[in-house]
Amino acid sequence: MGVETRASKYQVVTPSSKRTSRRITSNLDWLTILLYLLLVGLGWMNIYAAVYSPDNIVNIFSFDINSGKQLVWIGTSVLLIIILLVVDYKIYEHLAYPIYGFVILLLLFTLAVANPIAGSRSWLDLGGGVRLQPAELAKFATALAASRFLSSASLRQQQFKDHMILAAITLVPPAIIVLQNETGSALVFAAFVLAYFREGMSPLILIIGGAAAFIFIMTLLVPKLYLIIGITAVMALATWLDYRLLKRFKTMIALLLLIVGMIFSVDYFVNDILQPHQQNRIKALINPEADPLGYGWNVTQSKIAIGSGGFWGKGFLEGTQTKFDFVPEQSTDFIFCTIGEEHGWIGSTLLIALFMLLLIRIVTIAERQKSIFGRTYGYCVASIIFFHFLVNVGMTIGLAPVVGIPLPFFSYGGSSLWSFTILLFILLAIDANKTQELVR
Amino acid sequence: MNYLENRKYVIKTIFLIVGIVFAIRLFYIQVVDSSYKQAAETNAIKTIIQYPFRGLIYDRDGKLLVQNTPVYDLMVVPKEAKQLDTLRLCQLLNMPLEDARDRLQKARAYSWVKPSIFFQKLSTQDFAQIQDNLIDFPGFYINARTMRGYPHQSLAHALGYIAEISPKQLADTSYRGYRPGDYIGKSGIELEYEKYLMGKRGVKYKMVNVRGIEKGSFKDGAYDTLAIAGQNLVSTIDLDLQAYGEHLMNGAKGSIVAIEPATGEILAYVSAPYYDPNLLTGKEYGANYMALLSDKDKTMFNRPIMADQNPPGSIFKLTQALIALEEGVINPKTQYACIRSLVNCHNHPSPLDLYGAIQHSCNPYFYQAYRALINQGKSKNTFRDTSIGLAEWREQVLSFGFGKKLGIDLPNEKTGIIASPALYDRVYGQNRWKYSTIYSLSIGQGELGVTPLQMANFMATIANRGYYIDPHIIRAVGDDGKPLPEYQKKNYTTVDARHFDPIIEGMAAVVQSGTARRANLQKVGITVCGKTGTAQNPQGADHAVFVAFAPKEDPKIAIVVYVEHGKWGGQSAAPIAGLMIEKYLTDTVTMKEQEKWVLSREYMNIKSK
Repeated sequence: MGVETRASKYQVVTPSSKRTSRRITSNLDWLTILLYLLLVGLGWMNIYAAVYSPDNIVNIFSFDINSGKQLVWIGTSVLLIIILLVVDYKIYEHLAYPIYGFVILLLLFTLAVANPIAGSRSWLDLGGGVRLQPAELAKFATALAASRFLSSASLRQQQFKDHMILAAITLVPPAIIVLQNETGSALVFAAFVLAYFREGMSPLILIIGGAAAFIFIMTLLVPKLYLIIGITAVMALATWLDYRLLKRFKTMIALLLLIVGMIFSVDYFVNDILQPHQQNRIKALINPEADPLGYGWNVTQSKIAIGSGGFWGKGFLEGTQTKFDFVPEQSTDFIFCTIGEEHGWIGSTLLIALFMLLLIRIVTIAERQKSIFGRTYGYCVASIIFFHFLVNVGMTIGLAPVVGIPLPFFSYGGSSLWSFTILLFILLAIDANKTQELVR
Repeated sequence: MNYLENRKYVIKTIFLIVGIVFAIRLFYIQVVDSSYKQAAETNAIKTIIQYPFRGLIYDRDGKLLVQNTPVYDLMVVPKEAKQLDTLRLCQLLNMPLEDARDRLQKARAYSWVKPSIFFQKLSTQDFAQIQDNLIDFPGFYINARTMRGYPHQSLAHALGYIAEISPKQLADTSYRGYRPGDYIGKSGIELEYEKYLMGKRGVKYKMVNVRGIEKGSFKDGAYDTLAIAGQNLVSTIDLDLQAYGEHLMNGAKGSIVAIEPATGEILAYVSAPYYDPNLLTGKEYGANYMALLSDKDKTMFNRPIMADQNPPGSIFKLTQALIALEEGVINPKTQYACIRSLVNCHNHPSPLDLYGAIQHSCNPYFYQAYRALINQGKSKNTFRDTSIGLAEWREQVLSFGFGKKLGIDLPNEKTGIIASPALYDRVYGQNRWKYSTIYSLSIGQGELGVTPLQMANFMATIANRGYYIDPHIIRAVGDDGKPLPEYQKKNYTTVDARHFDPIIEGMAAVVQSGTARRANLQKVGITVCGKTGTAQNPQGADHAVFVAFAPKEDPKIAIVVYVEHGKWGGQSAAPIAGLMIEKYLTDTVTMKEQEKWVLSREYMNIKSK
């Protein structure tokens, strides 16, 4: 960098755009790009494996099958990346609100005009067989807007108004998305809590949220009485270990009552508030074997596919369970099954490791940003990818309810690949220019 | 600020904990707990292959050459064929017990769970017997397929046949997508056009439970694919002419190839002895095939494109004349005396000009003309001069399609041999041979080998006055019926069009008043141009050949008739050609006497010189 600065002192006439482009390539975080390419490439091969049938062999490049189409999405993603890197990185911050506003309008517009596809009114038909899911775009738009807002306000100052505005920014898109009947995509916005936590949000929210989710799932898995006894025991133990808690005896009792109340309200929530298909997903999580051909089908088949992979896997294109769509949504939401079956525990674990590397790397990039905007945005990216990873892989191995959200970079689908590409490469564009921030 | 920065560790820890929990959970599912592997095995889907209809083949008038007839295979899935009453099965199928056990063993060796063919091509009676009793034989089922069928007995060599794919082919990656038991084109058009004819297999998926009982179609057939029938082919063959040609060659050995000069389309393709293509389908395929293969007359030998060891004989004089004219070493008026000391000849007027030399097939004329062609004095050294002359001559001969594959759409076409300086250098040594070594080439003998197809193509070239279109036997693929683009190109020879006129005049004289009067069709108003030939055969009676095209003014057919041991082209081959030409051009045969003569094979008794 020092060389750059010195050089520019003498070469006054050098066009600034040229310098920018050189700086961009030399300052890009190539490790992240390598991880991105690995995930996209491996994903493409597994999409082929998922649709491959030995009785009806189709070329991997054929546009009749998903792998051929995915190649088009990959190609267009490369174009997107070039555009994202060439555009002046500052516009992401300056245009954060307009982009957010535009996406909100697009979501509303879609809700108004979209023809329902499988009950979901989230697809915008662009004509020529091309469809777009604006809900995917809402993720990066919200991340930009929230980061922009946080760079001007501060959560630590505990200003109620700011909190409310941030909550509104975060919750309006998922609210519309729920109306579009894409509950899965809406859930993703819960991931922003992680980013806000880094920016000073009270850890209580994280803990309470986590505890609530834990108790919710435990209520479904364990008989209520045992659960209540267990929780009471834990609280008693905590009190015994730390006598100071005794002073807050009333609070403790209140908390216990609250938990018990929650445990009993879970039934009501599941049976009366959730829609039948959502109920089934919950039931499938608890006991898929109860109805293996009905609501338990996805989870059972998915676990069978992964489980039959063994330690080393059956080999590329050798899977039998991931053929014929024993597992539904084979190349989109359940792509992880293909890895599990054909590449075994080794392959699955390597893929998990790749995601871990990517997430840690993004956190590192976020931390080295000089601006709050850049840092918050980085954390938003990590949180969103993490949430997708958590739920997607979790559901295939029976640790999370079946929620139809894709595995980032890996699943088949243009909207999803584009949205994650945009999400990640805006961060890399900001990161590549972080030194300019310093100069300014 | 700092305490907030530390939160990055909290976040990283959350990420890692999830990753580790997932890895542990996966280890439990994939490695520790084996119940998922067992469950995977009961998840059974039976795949039922839907065989596509292989493409049909039509002749140039839309008559069916190759059709499909239904056959039924008895299939077995060994895993499901438990408690099998082998004895009863053998009774039903009329087969020895050991045979049934062997077949079952073979099926098991291939796969426990995948279906194998237990009994191929059930006869109608067997099919009826089995069909009624199938319920008692779990694991067995009938698979309906189609077999090739021919409503006629013609064109076996060109059509080729299909048979089960060989283990060697299965192992070859270029045959990916084929499965054991699949049928594949093995020769002829069936092989050459396999990728069009084969169509696309369909697949039906049926859910089965652990005991192999069908539970209906998988996902309501959402993944089933329909079989797509292969594309139909339209051949250039005229089935009537073909059948007539085979009739005329009945009992003889040799070839007939007839070509439409303007298009390169093959009208008739006879390889005699021939066989009924129906022999190589059905249950007796194996036995019939072995019988044909070991036949002493080499019935399976595809003579029109593979018999390339025989010299062309006198018909090659036409080639020599054309090249000599082009080189300017002779002109149509050039006369040479019939000097029998140079090379033997027969009685005719002497000296002769070019027309006369062709009409009477004068050997010494071509000896002298060819010498003028080869030894043009391009080098003072006679040996060098001969070598240069031969090399230049060879280039021109090759432009007629001799000495190389013509690219016919049939497999195993042979190139033939055209003498080259390298060949003589190898035998005699460089500069150790001269014209007196190679003079037999002048009359079409010696180091020359030409396939009947090349001879027919040569006739087409003369009829076109200097070019040919690659001869082919399929004119269109699919139902739109468009001609194949690869057979549109005109291949020009090195000889200028104007030099063909004297040759054609000479050939007309051959038929009118020369050696091939038996091919004369003047009575029905057709002028035939032709040339007889005899190929010396050290193993027995000489082979007879006659090449021709007609009508002279507007050639519609070019033909070669090659009769092995036919001795005299004029006696054996020429009448066949005459009959074929009449049949093709007028659709009738008036020369019944001639027909009788041909079928009597009396020419075989004519004494050799």
